[in-house]
Amino acid sequence: MSAQVSTIVAAPSTRRSRSLSGLRGTGVAGMVSAAVIALATIAAIFGPLIAPYNPDLPNLSLAWVGPVGGHLLGFDFQGRDVLSRLLAGAQSSMLGPLAVVLLSMTAGAVLAVVSAWRRGAADAVISSGLDILFAFPGILLAVLATAIFGAGLTAASIALSIAYMPYVARVLRGAALRERSQPYVAALEVQGSSATTICLRHIIPNMLALIVAQATIMFGWAMVDLAAISFLGLGVQPPAPNWGVMISENQTGILQGYPLPALSAGVCIVAVVIAFNILGERLFVQAQAARR
Amino acid sequence: MLLASLLIASFVIFAAVYLAPGNAISALSGGRALPASSVRVLEARYHLNEPFLAQYWYWLTNALHGNLGISIILRENVSTLIASRIWTTAGLVLYASVLILLFGIGMGIVAGLRPGFLDTSTLVVTAISAAIPSFVAAIVLILLFSVKLGWFPALGNGTTFLSNVQHFTLPAVALAFSALAIVARVTRASIREESEREHVQTAVSRGIPARQLIRRHILRNAAIPITTIAGITIASLIAVAAVVETAFSLNGLGAYLVQAAESKDLAVVQGISLVLVTAFVVVNMLVDVLYALLDPRVSLGSRAQ
Amino acid sequence: MSAPLLQVDGLTVRLDVRGAQQAVLRDVTLNVREGEALGLVGESGSGKSMTARAIDRILPRGAEVDGSIRFGGRDVRTLSGADLRRYRNQVAMIFQDPRAHVNPVRRIGDYMTEALRTNLGVSSAAASRRASDMLSQVGIDGGPQRLRQYPHELSGGMLQRVMIAAALLTEPRLLLADEPTTALDVTTQAEVMAILDGLRHEFGLAMLFITHDLELAAAICDRTAVMYAGQIVEVRESGRLHDDPLHPYTAALAAARPDITRTAGRLRAIPGRPLSAFEAPADECAFAPRCPHARDVCRTGLPPVTELDGGLSRCVRAQELRGNLGEPANA
Repeated sequence: MSAQVSTIVAAPSTRRSRSLSGLRGTGVAGMVSAAVIALATIAAIFGPLIAPYNPDLPNLSLAWVGPVGGHLLGFDFQGRDVLSRLLAGAQSSMLGPLAVVLLSMTAGAVLAVVSAWRRGAADAVISSGLDILFAFPGILLAVLATAIFGAGLTAASIALSIAYMPYVARVLRGAALRERSQPYVAALEVQGSSATTICLRHIIPNMLALIVAQATIMFGWAMVDLAAISFLGLGVQPPAPNWGVMISENQTGILQGYPLPALSAGVCIVAVVIAFNILGERLFVQAQAARR
Repeated sequence: MLLASLLIASFVIFAAVYLAPGNAISALSGGRALPASSVRVLEARYHLNEPFLAQYWYWLTNALHGNLGISIILRENVSTLIASRIWTTAGLVLYASVLILLFGIGMGIVAGLRPGFLDTSTLVVTAISAAIPSFVAAIVLILLFSVKLGWFPALGNGTTFLSNVQHFTLPAVALAFSALAIVARVTRASIREESEREHVQTAVSRGIPARQLIRRHILRNAAIPITTIAGITIASLIAVAAVVETAFSLNGLGAYLVQAAESKDLAVVQGISLVLVTAFVVVNMLVDVLYALLDPRVSLGSRAQ
Repeated sequence: MSAPLLQVDGLTVRLDVRGAQQAVLRDVTLNVREGEALGLVGESGSGKSMTARAIDRILPRGAEVDGSIRFGGRDVRTLSGADLRRYRNQVAMIFQDPRAHVNPVRRIGDYMTEALRTNLGVSSAAASRRASDMLSQVGIDGGPQRLRQYPHELSGGMLQRVMIAAALLTEPRLLLADEPTTALDVTTQAEVMAILDGLRHEFGLAMLFITHDLELAAAICDRTAVMYAGQIVEVRESGRLHDDPLHPYTAALAAARPDITRTAGRLRAIPGRPLSAFEAPADECAFAPRCPHARDVCRTGLPPVTELDGGLSRCVRAQELRGNLGEPANA
């Protein structure tokens, strides 16, 4: 009997190492997506440094000029180099979603694990509370938040985190419940480990694959929503570079026959979002397969 | 459950006045300086000297009677301002919904029933369109169909019904574009799943012909998850419409909400938010009702499980 | 003797298992005569369900089928369209888990009368009447009200009876029963078995009764066939199966079942685990690794089917082992 218990208790660590080596298993599409994301991250971190020209200096005599010389993507409506602005704008375009993902995943994970651990009344209350918030459109909440607290990335990001949290909690709650009812948890409880220890050092690590997959998919959504908020003028404020802002700034160019600035910003957004979607979906499938 | 959501949402919307930095007066006026007489008017109208919950009560009952306050900027009744713009938004959302239902579900059914080229191409197309936000779709559509091809006008509302349809086509497509993807995918997945179910096998073993099989057993059963996702997606259109309206310079509620948020016209923001959230809840309630009608195993209200 | 109603010869079926086409049935030969009940017994993976599905032509997509299946003299494998549907009305199948096999969003009446209305052109009113009558024959009363109920309102046992009733409505000549009582509790099992057996006799139906329970098959079937690793290893008159088996596997199955009349020190399990057809080697007796009577001769090639005393056996040593199959060789 004791031999059985020790094998059951030993099980979780092997599962942990399997889930972390997951990236290789996502196939060609997954690897390509990861590469795109890596590129975007590099641009986000080093953007302003590697931009070939000054992204902020307007020069109206060059407005809307097409690609020429070293200016691969031409100039925007204020005569600034588009490529440089894209590189510089990567920062705010990626930072906002990162904050949203971190906040909503943390809050959602905590609620999910607490809900799954305590079950009973606490679970019912938390679940009902989340149901009330559920699927509430994030953009609406973000607009409301900016109306109250002023335009900017902070208000919008916090609002989106609140809107996403119920979804995260619901997805993770299922997994947390499954972990909770595994025999090794009961074994640990009997051995005297505290609830917090078990949750932090065993349950959450075993849900890691699912958490990472969910976070990846969510990054894509957050990017779309935040870019929309910036496009509306309620997020990052011009003249700061940001992909969403660039689309709205240069929208008149489309009508006047200079589509490149707005389009290139759009392509950046779409490319990175597709990458996150594909990678996230692959990771998700992997997480579910590893669970079996 | 949904009504509870609505109540809480209305509370949050109301409480916005107090969440804002500064006091209630500065929030309501959007930070502008007001003459003393205006301040008194505001105090009286919003019952600012009474307890918090009482204020909420006044606000809510006023709202239910159609009195949503007055716009600081335009000095008109919020309700009037909303009424003049609501049909633009409603028309846009309706148009987009029709597109989603027709093409999203249509593509999903075709892909689900026929594995092979159609199926794979649907998967690829939906993967791409799911990642294209509506404002990006908007500029691409404007570029292609307005500027290059000249088929549709780029901006603004139309005047007659027909010209409205013309003006709303590109915005509706932009709005429906990424929502289409998830509806198509879920439809396809549901159809696939239902086709593999044992009760379908039973029908096959009893010699039920294929067309009847599809209609009475596969589609009918898949209708349950399909209705749910279509409903949720359409409900979410209500919020995203703001982005599309702004991109196409349509004077709908969404675009006005954004303008009001920028100019800190709080009464307008609250009013429009309340209307949009109510619409959202109503659509979700309709989905619940449909779900209960389609699936005899569930009773009303248990969709959330 | 007249030709059998159902004749299966050399049926081999390959399915996509983990990426490759593997055999799940190998050279299955059996026949069912008009009005006769043939039991098909085996453990999981033996291929008994697949056999029934092959007969009813509801194998998974991409299945490769070799061999012949003849029903009433006609080749079943070449049927299509309206002929295939007619065939499927003459061969009715009952499945194991009634709740999964009945469409949950349609009413019971719809389920029962669907085949009648579609294929046989019976009017809804007449079909409903017949359905009501059939319900009372399977022991469910309150006919017309029942027809309006949904599957989730009925218990598992009642739903299984509904499935039986629905199968009988098209007046089939052959019933394929795939473990119809396995998913039910013991008391309900006995009731449903009684109904099935009674109706079969009343309507003079032939039946292929699939189960993992050797005693159950022997109790209600005239002959019993035993399957192992996708092959038929024995066919015998049910009455003689227990006392005079012709294959070591049958003997082992019979011995493994606890006997309520004797006290036994230990349950006799068969060592090892049952194999699927694709796991068993193709050139020796599939049961040899677990067989207490195995000799070198058993591993020289796939044992052919031999006739013995009115039954069939795939044991190379069947003749010499007769009468001693209950005892292990090195007791």
